[in-house]
Amino acid sequence: MKIESTFLLGVGLFFGCVALIYWFLSYEDGGSMMLLGTCLLGLLPGSFYFYWHRRFHGYRFFFWGKLDRVVGDRPEDRDDATIADGAGIVNTFPGSSIWPFVLGTGAFMSLLALVFGVWLVLPGLGLILTALIGVTAESRRGGHV
Amino acid sequence: MTDVISPPIAGGGIATPLTSTATEAGGAGEHGPTGLLKWLTTTDHKVIGISYMVTAVVLFYIAGLLALGIRVQLTTPAGTFVTFQQYNELFTMHGSIMMYLFAGPFAFGGLANYVVPLQIGAPDMAFPRLNALSYWLFAGGSITMLLGFFVSGGAANFGWVAYAPLSTSTFTPGAGGDLWIMALVLTGFSAIFTGVNLVATIFYLRAPGMTMFRMPIFTWNMLVTGILILIAFPVLTAALVMLFADRHFGTHIYQVLGCHTVTGAPAPNACGSPVLWQNLFWFFGHPEVYILALPYFGMATTIFPTFSKRPVFGYKGMVFATMAIAALSTGVWAHHMFTTGVVLLPFFSLLSLLIAVPTGIKFFNWIGTMWRGQLVFKTPMLFAIGFLFAFLMGGVTGVMLASPPIDFFTHDTYFVVAHFHQVLFGTAVFAGFGGLYFWYPKMFGRMLNDKLGKWHFWLTFVGFWVTYLPQYVLGLRGMPRRVAHYPADLGWQSWNIASTIGAFLIAAGFFVLLVNLWISWRDPVLAGNNPWDAQTLEWFTTSPPPHHNYTHLPPIRSERPTWDYDHPDALTLRHGHSQVPPPPGNGSGPSGDGADRGPGGGTGGGTGGRAFVR
Repeated sequence: MKIESTFLLGVGLFFGCVALIYWFLSYEDGGSMMLLGTCLLGLLPGSFYFYWHRRFHGYRFFFWGKLDRVVGDRPEDRDDATIADGAGIVNTFPGSSIWPFVLGTGAFMSLLALVFGVWLVLPGLGLILTALIGVTAESRRGGHV
Repeated sequence: MTDVISPPIAGGGIATPLTSTATEAGGAGEHGPTGLLKWLTTTDHKVIGISYMVTAVVLFYIAGLLALGIRVQLTTPAGTFVTFQQYNELFTMHGSIMMYLFAGPFAFGGLANYVVPLQIGAPDMAFPRLNALSYWLFAGGSITMLLGFFVSGGAANFGWVAYAPLSTSTFTPGAGGDLWIMALVLTGFSAIFTGVNLVATIFYLRAPGMTMFRMPIFTWNMLVTGILILIAFPVLTAALVMLFADRHFGTHIYQVLGCHTVTGAPAPNACGSPVLWQNLFWFFGHPEVYILALPYFGMATTIFPTFSKRPVFGYKGMVFATMAIAALSTGVWAHHMFTTGVVLLPFFSLLSLLIAVPTGIKFFNWIGTMWRGQLVFKTPMLFAIGFLFAFLMGGVTGVMLASPPIDFFTHDTYFVVAHFHQVLFGTAVFAGFGGLYFWYPKMFGRMLNDKLGKWHFWLTFVGFWVTYLPQYVLGLRGMPRRVAHYPADLGWQSWNIASTIGAFLIAAGFFVLLVNLWISWRDPVLAGNNPWDAQTLEWFTTSPPPHHNYTHLPPIRSERPTWDYDHPDALTLRHGHSQVPPPPGNGSGPSGDGADRGPGGGTGGGTGGRAFVR
């Protein structure tokens, strides 16, 4: 996770610097705020990954507090890892699900309601709610509904 | 139902076959939905990727026909092929469809969706349902955009950049503009979800040994593109919501007419700022150019080594150049606003000029990859080389436009149109269709005809130059963009006729592609697993790959594990000159039917959740 965190923190630092330079050269609010937002977009997830990178290497909180156990790098971060080193659950994947289609159709109809009339909101929101309930139930059950 | 995929672990660096075991009673296994329902309910990244590509290519043809309409209109100074209103709709919808619905979705929704999980040894995208939702939002957005042609008042007609106040309801009333806004909101969310999915997939689902610096350049480029999407698209979506509020809810964010207080008294200080739209739009719009370009750079960077029989020259240089391009591209948005007179010229000019440096590194590395290689001029390679020439021309004129004095002179002329098309046609069409020819055998297990592919390439390549070189001349002679008529006595007609001839040559090329696809469908030539003797991991599995992609994985010791596996006698010249231990019983040379790689489709195509265990 070191490279992932470095990558994102690099995004944050770069745009933090650019935002500062831009602000002091232009005093322009809009662009400076967007650059600041971009800086945060890098810093926040970058800090998260860096936190876990340090946890994997035995630190409770970034550089402070030793943990009893050192996990070390993930197999996908190690040059010498074999396929066997990655044994274990990777993730749970749905084989299929109707709910993304239902949710997408609901969003489509709800947005069109802003153009063609409020009446489209009713079926649109109905589909969105149905999909949200359906996908939640499907995730809990771990299977196709 | 949940399937547990548990592989026996083989020693000696040999791939480990994955086997599937249903762990819950009633598991659907391979007996999922069929037909149309299968397509509607799929969460398989490969099916979603192909759906994206098919939709995007259909939209590409529609937008191409609109472009032909524009060119026919401009063949004569006072063309009567369409009315002024229809002409405005033509160029608006042509640009909007090509930019928002073809070039981006084809790359990061289509090819990336299909290829990235395969290249990193993942069974799927990290969030398969979110992936499916992304496609359906994109499909809904595409329909919404096209609906504009069927409402009274016609489709949006304010250009693909929708500058305020032209795009406000005062100057563009009607449902067409609203549909355009809603289409972009839908496709914007689709892109954001895809960006999240790509980043999470690359960070969390790489196979053991697939370190970040062993990822193929295509995957690296998609990671950077994913970050760029997350930077740029939320800004566009917010800007669009504000534009819609201006059009319908009486706000004055961009609107400058009719500013008043709640009592109705005139209040000029309550007016909005039209330039704010440009500021927000281009903060999205310029990264968007690289959101469209970087994936295609990645495609070319995959094609060159394959058809040169060499590794990528300067792998890390390519990665850092991609990062540098993306970083700089986010700081140059206002170079599109030089002529507004309210932007910081030196800042934006300097950053824009700097982009040429990492781009130059990329060109150097692409040429370095081919240098002394065993070049094979198959169709994908021709398209990739075509991309080099086309993008070089677009890039050089881009450097010119980064200079404010030149920009002042050429702004809103056909010079900009030519530059812009050479950049985006050069990437999205040459590299993009090169990528299609390259990965088509993996997707469908059958080849496209190489001879017809070369016809397609040469018609497109010649047509490309015949179309756009005259437009540079027209721009330098002062012809403004977005005009349906022009004076007859300025000598512009002959250049316009040449440009129109070029456009029809391109159209002929894309007709050949349709013929090629038809022949491939009717009279298939089977591809085998790795018809190109390609290097990256996706060519290790069957063509098309099984559900959840791999039954075996090779040891991953470089960024080209399939090459290492297929050529065990070759020394891997990177990463410490490590030599991959030759797998027992595996011969060198390109893989044929993949019989030594385990059965395809071993993980089934079930409907239930799957817990993957390596």
